[in-house]
Amino acid sequence: MITITLNVNGATHKVNVRPGESLLSALRLGLGLTGAKEGCGEGDCGACTVIIDGRTVDSCIYPAGEAQGKKVRTVEGLASNGKLSPLQEAFVEHGAVQCGFCIPGMLMSATALLERNPKPSEAAIRLGLSGNLCRCTGYAKIVEAVRAAASPA
Amino acid sequence: MQSFTWINAKSIEEVKGALAKHGKKARIFAGGGDLTTLMKERIDTPEFVVNIGDVKDIHYIREEKDGLHIGAMTILADLAEHEAVLGRYTALAEAAGAVASPQLRNMGSIGGNLCQRPRCWYYRGAFHCYKKGGDFCFAVTGDNRYYHSILKGELCYMVHPSDTAVALLALDARITIAGPQKEKTVKAEDFFIGPRQDVLRENILQPAELITEIVVPTPPANTRSTFLKTRIRGSWDFALASVAVRCTAKNGVCQAARLALGGVAPVPLRVERAERALAGKKITRELSQQAAQLATAGARPMTMNRYKVDLTRSLVEKALLAVA
Ligand SMILES: Cc1cc2nc3c(=O)[nH]c(=O)nc-3n(C[C@H](O)[C@H](O)[C@H](O)COP(=O)(O)OP(=O)(O)OC[C@H]3O[C@@H](n4cnc5c(N)ncnc54)[C@H](O)[C@@H]3O)c2cc1C
Ligand code: SF4
Ligand code: FES
Ligand code: FES
Repeated sequence: MITITLNVNGATHKVNVRPGESLLSALRLGLGLTGAKEGCGEGDCGACTVIIDGRTVDSCIYPAGEAQGKKVRTVEGLASNGKLSPLQEAFVEHGAVQCGFCIPGMLMSATALLERNPKPSEAAIRLGLSGNLCRCTGYAKIVEAVRAAASPA
Repeated sequence: MQSFTWINAKSIEEVKGALAKHGKKARIFAGGGDLTTLMKERIDTPEFVVNIGDVKDIHYIREEKDGLHIGAMTILADLAEHEAVLGRYTALAEAAGAVASPQLRNMGSIGGNLCQRPRCWYYRGAFHCYKKGGDFCFAVTGDNRYYHSILKGELCYMVHPSDTAVALLALDARITIAGPQKEKTVKAEDFFIGPRQDVLRENILQPAELITEIVVPTPPANTRSTFLKTRIRGSWDFALASVAVRCTAKNGVCQAARLALGGVAPVPLRVERAERALAGKKITRELSQQAAQLATAGARPMTMNRYKVDLTRSLVEKALLAVA
C-alpha cells in the first residue's frame, strides 16, 4: 500500500491505495464517495466518469496515483449547500432518470460539456455524452435536460 | 489483475533504464486505456509497469519549419482540437477525434494509440490463438464479422485498431524511437508489421524501446487531407473500415496523393497502386471509383466480412471527392 493525496471536490484527502489501483476504487472504497459507479470496468460505459482538471475521464481505468496534484470532481460535488446544480434540477424536471445507474457519469460529462460550451447544439450534446451508455432512458430525456440546463427558461 | 511493480518514471532516461532492466517483463503505461483492460482480463501480465504519464517533455504539439512535432504522451483530445492540426493536418485531427469516446480521448495518448493491441474478440477472450503463442486462428472458422481483415491476413487475421495510424500513413509521418541504441526515426508505414513478420507483435518496437515523438511533415501547397471511418454504432466504436487521404491538387487535377486504409488489414495499409492511378489526373467520380477498385484489389474476404470490400470502396470514393 502507498499513501497518496487527492484533491476531491475542493477538499484534500489522504488515501491508501495499491500500486496501479484505479481512481474509481480509491474514491469508492478509500473515500466512501460512491457516486461514481462501476459498470464495465473497461472504459466502455462511462458510469465511472469524473472530471479531472476540467476534462472527463473514465475513472475505472485511470490510476489513482496519476490524480495527485490535480483537481478531481465527482457527482457529490455538484450540489452546493444542499441545493442541486441547475443541471441536476433539469434532469429531475425532465424525467431524465430511470434506474439512475448511469446518471452520475452523465451529469459529469454534461457538466464538463456545458463548462466548455455553454450553448451546445443538439449534435454537440450528443457528442459530449457519446461516452456514456444508458440502458433505460433511450437518451432523449437526457438530451432534453441538458438542453434545458443550457438555456434556462 | 495480477500484482505488479509500478514504476513512475520522470524522464525518458528513467523509462529507458527501467525498460532495459526488466526487458520483456515490463510494459509502458501511457494513458492506460488499453493496457489496463488487458491486465484486468489477464491477457497481459507484466511484472513491471512503467508509467510515462509524468515524463514532462513528451506532452507537446509544436508546429515547426519542417512540420508538426507531437510528443508521444500528447492526448488525443488535444490533437483533435488543435488549430494547426485541424487546419493543415486535417486527417490527423479527424482521426484523433474519431477515436473511442470523449473520456478515452481525454486519457489516451498518440503513442499508446499507435501501440494498442488487437481488438479481435478471440484475442480479448480466453482463446490461445497465434497472437498469444498458440497454433490456431479462431477467427478463420469463427465470428469474423467486424474486427477482421479482408487484405493481407495470414496466420492472424486481426485488423489494426488504431485510427490515428491510418492518418499518419497518409500524411507521410515519421516515428522517433528511443531505446538502448541511438535514437532512430522510421516512416509510419515501416513502423507496423504484419503477422508473417512476427505474429506476436504489431510493430517493430523491441521490448526496451519506446516512441518519443511523431513528426508530420509540412504538407506541400494546395494540399488537403481527410479521414473517414465507418463503425457499427454512431456513438463510439472501432472502425469497420476507414480511409485517410492526402491530396495535392491544382484546378482539380491531382498532382500527388497518399491513401491509407484502416480496419481492413493487420496493419494500417498504404495503397500505392491507387495513389499512382490518381497522379496527374482530374479527380472525377469515375477516377475515384477506379482508385477505390485498385485500393481493394486482391481482397480476400473472410466468411462473414465480404461487405467490407464495398464499404471500403465507398469510403475511398467519398474521401477523394472531398479533398479534390
Ligand atoms: C472502449 C474503447 C474504445 C476504443 N475505441 C478506439 C477507436 O475507435 N479507435 C482507436 O484508434 N482506438 C480506440 N481505443 C483505444 C484508446 O482510445 C487509446 O488510444 C488506447 O487505449 C491507447 O492509448 P493509451 O495512451 O491509453 O495507451 P496505453 O493503454 O497506456 O498503452 C497501450 C499500449 O501501447 C504501449 N505504449 C504506450 N505508449 C507507448 C510509447 N510511447 N512507446 C511504446 N509503447 C507505448 C503500452 O505498453 C501498451 O502496450 C479504444 C479503447 C477503448 C477502451
Ligand atoms: S485473428 Fe489473430 S488475434 Fe484473432 S484469433 Fe486469429 S490469430 Fe488470434
Ligand atoms: S465503469 Fe468505467 S467506463 Fe464503464
Ligand atoms: S437511467 Fe438506467 S442506465 Fe441510465
